[in-house]
Amino acid sequence: MSDELIQRVLKAIATSKRIPLETVTIDSEFQQLGIDSMDAVEILFALENEFDISIPDDEVRSVRNVRQMCEGVERLLAAKSADAKAGS
Amino acid sequence: MRRVAITGMGAISALGRTAADFAAALCAGQCGIGPIESTDTSQMRFKNGAEVRGYSHQPYFDDRRADFIDRFAQFAVIAAREAVTDAGVVWTPELRENAAIVTGSCVGGQSTEDIGFQEVYKRGQNRVHPLTIPKTMANAGASHISMEFGITGPSFTISTACSSSAHAIGQAFWMVRSGVTDLALAGGSEAPFSFGILKAWEAMRVVSPETCRPFSRDRKGMILGEGGAMLVLEPLEAAVARGVRIHAEIVGFGMSADASHITQPSAEGAARAMRAALRDARLDPQSVGYVNAHGTGTMANDCSESAAIHAVFGAHAAELPVSSTKSMHGHALGAAGALECLAAVTALRDGVLPPTANFNEPDPECDLDVIPNRSRRAEVEFALSNSFAFGGLNAVLALAAYR
Repeated sequence: MSDELIQRVLKAIATSKRIPLETVTIDSEFQQLGIDSMDAVEILFALENEFDISIPDDEVRSVRNVRQMCEGVERLLAAKSADAKAGS
Repeated sequence: MRRVAITGMGAISALGRTAADFAAALCAGQCGIGPIESTDTSQMRFKNGAEVRGYSHQPYFDDRRADFIDRFAQFAVIAAREAVTDAGVVWTPELRENAAIVTGSCVGGQSTEDIGFQEVYKRGQNRVHPLTIPKTMANAGASHISMEFGITGPSFTISTACSSSAHAIGQAFWMVRSGVTDLALAGGSEAPFSFGILKAWEAMRVVSPETCRPFSRDRKGMILGEGGAMLVLEPLEAAVARGVRIHAEIVGFGMSADASHITQPSAEGAARAMRAALRDARLDPQSVGYVNAHGTGTMANDCSESAAIHAVFGAHAAELPVSSTKSMHGHALGAAGALECLAAVTALRDGVLPPTANFNEPDPECDLDVIPNRSRRAEVEFALSNSFAFGGLNAVLALAAYR
């Protein structure tokens, strides 16, 4: 996972939740950050815009921390670039 | 205080165009959920809804009248006509002046607004149709009902999201009980299948990609519905004197606010509303024989509502039949409370408790008798109808069989 991707995810979380960027790390649990279900859907919305991806509901059900969120974004970006290659 | 009888009922929903269709479908455990037809869902993560299939304003309204009435308000008028006919209301000048109308709607004429705003935002037009405002306003249902019957008494609309029409019926019930009015038309309607609204629901990630399975362990969320339901309420004594059929009585109404979170439900708030309805009805919890649950089919609601039912009913919760008819008519938002009140009334009247359809497996977090998949014969004396809105505003109606 690239540092750039992690930084963009951390920033999306911090901006949505309006908390200082330094409080969010790759090892943060949503519970520690006080992220509830409505906060989570706002963060997903921010990530969809940031990375121009569509995050399916099934992908997010078990996500409980920042690392899982980064991994999910990475997976969706890989699928997107594979789709683009297949299409070209 | 006067006793309050329900003497007329009307409904249009995914389960048919009349209250009789609605009752028959509930009894049969028939599910009105299917692929959404009125809006393009190719860009949508969910594809299913509980629509009034094949709906057209004809034969209900001529073309010119329909120009003035959004689909949601058409549903209100259609249900009101059926309810008034059912109750055999004989209009006199005095009754028209005294009668009340209370409707509920969550989003009003959103499809009209959606079309109007596409003109300016998408097509770059510099004007929106002049009827956009009167068609969109949430009170249009009440207004068109008043014009339909020439009712000039107290008339208003309540908008409390998914509790709207339960709050509306509750207010109307209190108005009849206290003597403010001698006849009330109460209920609600909704038609939320516009692209913009569906997208907004999609973003909340609470809509099921398949169907609605309340209280089932494998539930995946709610399914949006549409329709309208209206009741005629009048003093029991007047109804008996008129010799009309009495479907049931409304005996109590309770409200509460969660004061906790804008979307996450609170079991305490729901329990307070149920207790308030029981108190208003002077009922002890043990006498309740059926609860029509709010039962949206989301993870959060069904757990929280189950906890609330256990808190209110204690040991009685283990043997208390509870079902969510949203599994069949979908979540009709501002019309939900009225459709579900009607479901509870028909259960009391006909001695058949409607099931929770699409139920697959019990969830330990929802350990209730949810009447899975098949309706059940049971003579029940008292029932509750629960409505718990986003925003934490709760409304519960207490109903009694009339025999």
